[in-house]
Amino acid sequence: MNPQELLLWVRGTGLQLATAVCVLGMTYRLLHLALLGRKKNLAEARGSEWGPGLRTMWRRSFVLPELSARGKFTVVAGYTFHFGFFITLLFLSQHIAMLRAVLGFGWPALPHSAIEIAAILTLAAMIALLVHRYMDPVKRMLSGFEDYLTWLLTFLPLLSGFMLLHGIGPAYTQMLTLHLLSVELLLIAIPFTKLAHMLTTFSARWYNGAFAGYKGVKA
Amino acid sequence: MKDHDTLEHRLTQQGISRRSFLKFCTAMASLMALPPGTAPAIAAALAQAKRPSVIWLSFQECTGCTESLTRSHSPTLESLIFDMISLDYHHTLQAASGFAAEKSREDAMKDFYGKYLLLVDGSIPTKDNGIYSTIAGRTNLDLLQEAAKGAAAIVAVGSCAAFGGLPMAKPNPTGAAPVSDLIKDKPIINISGCPPIPSVITGVLAHYLTFGELPALDELGRPKAFYGETIHDRCYRRPFYDQGKFAKTFDDEGARNGWCLYELGCKGPTTHNACATTKWNGGAGFPIEAGHGCLGCSEPNFWDAGSFYTPLAAPTSNIGAIAGAAALAGAAAAVALSAADRAKKKSLQQTHEKLTVKDISN
Repeated sequence: MNPQELLLWVRGTGLQLATAVCVLGMTYRLLHLALLGRKKNLAEARGSEWGPGLRTMWRRSFVLPELSARGKFTVVAGYTFHFGFFITLLFLSQHIAMLRAVLGFGWPALPHSAIEIAAILTLAAMIALLVHRYMDPVKRMLSGFEDYLTWLLTFLPLLSGFMLLHGIGPAYTQMLTLHLLSVELLLIAIPFTKLAHMLTTFSARWYNGAFAGYKGVKA
Repeated sequence: MKDHDTLEHRLTQQGISRRSFLKFCTAMASLMALPPGTAPAIAAALAQAKRPSVIWLSFQECTGCTESLTRSHSPTLESLIFDMISLDYHHTLQAASGFAAEKSREDAMKDFYGKYLLLVDGSIPTKDNGIYSTIAGRTNLDLLQEAAKGAAAIVAVGSCAAFGGLPMAKPNPTGAAPVSDLIKDKPIINISGCPPIPSVITGVLAHYLTFGELPALDELGRPKAFYGETIHDRCYRRPFYDQGKFAKTFDDEGARNGWCLYELGCKGPTTHNACATTKWNGGAGFPIEAGHGCLGCSEPNFWDAGSFYTPLAAPTSNIGAIAGAAALAGAAAAVALSAADRAKKKSLQQTHEKLTVKDISN
């Protein structure tokens, strides 16, 4: 298989396979969770659970003042890399061209300079978080193979994309192939790892809030 | 055509001055990225070069490669240099026909066995014993294998001979194959392109005449001097790519301002060729200068690489349909397994047992 054939496979069959695994896995996980159902409560509660549920979804998005400096670092660096990742993913003109081909519509891109800043900040934040995860004894103890794997799978598309855009490393054909392969690996890993949080975070927060804010007897 | 007198003598006969000849040699040295000092060496070697016998076999092709070679630069020094080889067989260009034509090929193969250059354009049909293209009652495959035996080297001219080209595009009804898939025991140089740049062909021939060997090749058998960089690397619109300025349609403001054609499907970033530097039609321009993106014609499988107007970033197959089918399959699996869990729960309830997390499907 020559480099062009490999690129063609990655842009076609490879992407189809990765998308199928990701969508099938995530649909299954979400729907299966929803269909588990909740035990019917026979006692009437005071007020609705939606209020505390929604409030928790909102409040957990902030850096709480009671967090220590190290906690703040995790939150701030975490936010930086999440926002940076989404800015890079959704507002780079090449990505919009790809999404337009899939979705049938697009939106205006940000200037490359803005994307570059976002990408560099994201890469820096991710490296800082990895170092912190390793240096902090508590975090290190809590971390397992999956945590490092998901870090790598998230980092690789960003790094290969940055290199591709700046003509660093192998020729464009090979670099584009590597970039797309790294994206496909990420897509395949999503349903099987903690990366599934991208679709379950907010519902989980709502559930926690609804549970904690419940006023009444469970019967 | 068997009179292999020297090139210098022939050029003098045709009124080409030594100054013009040296200018050509310098240009060739520059084109092939050789040190400037090699220009006199090229001149000396070319001047004394005997006209090598060249047999040009045309198989499943459109004659575009020959058109490119003979017309684009005609009448320039390059085309005269081409005259200086002994072209002993070429369907389109030779005067002879029928038995006389085939005899000249057979004579050349016999007289210059082990020394002649074999130029091939077009791919070779291999399905059903190669019956889909025959010349003088013989299959292309048979002709190629016979001619390849006595060739010093083979030059596959154009993307069809180099990589299969259009005849090999899906569904490839004739079982078309490139030269390199069929001949394994001869040096092969691929001059890809649909058609290839004329001066690339003459450049390779000049290199062969000068050094007696083929130039350095890339992993796809193409001369590195011409295919070492991508169109994108040397494109005059590259600064717009770096700035993220892209034309969205062929007639919008971006297109009028000469912005990058990436989003309109330009394959320049993945295409190795010298169009952006050597250019076409006597240096007049190349497709991107005319406002159209690169089609990627010098790369393998370019006919099957998706639409010419689909950006490189876009998928080449239908992702939406696959995602829809996968979502339905995932939903069906979730509903089926949840139904099984509920049935289990109901059955446990009847025996006053409790359903635990371990009991449900994952």
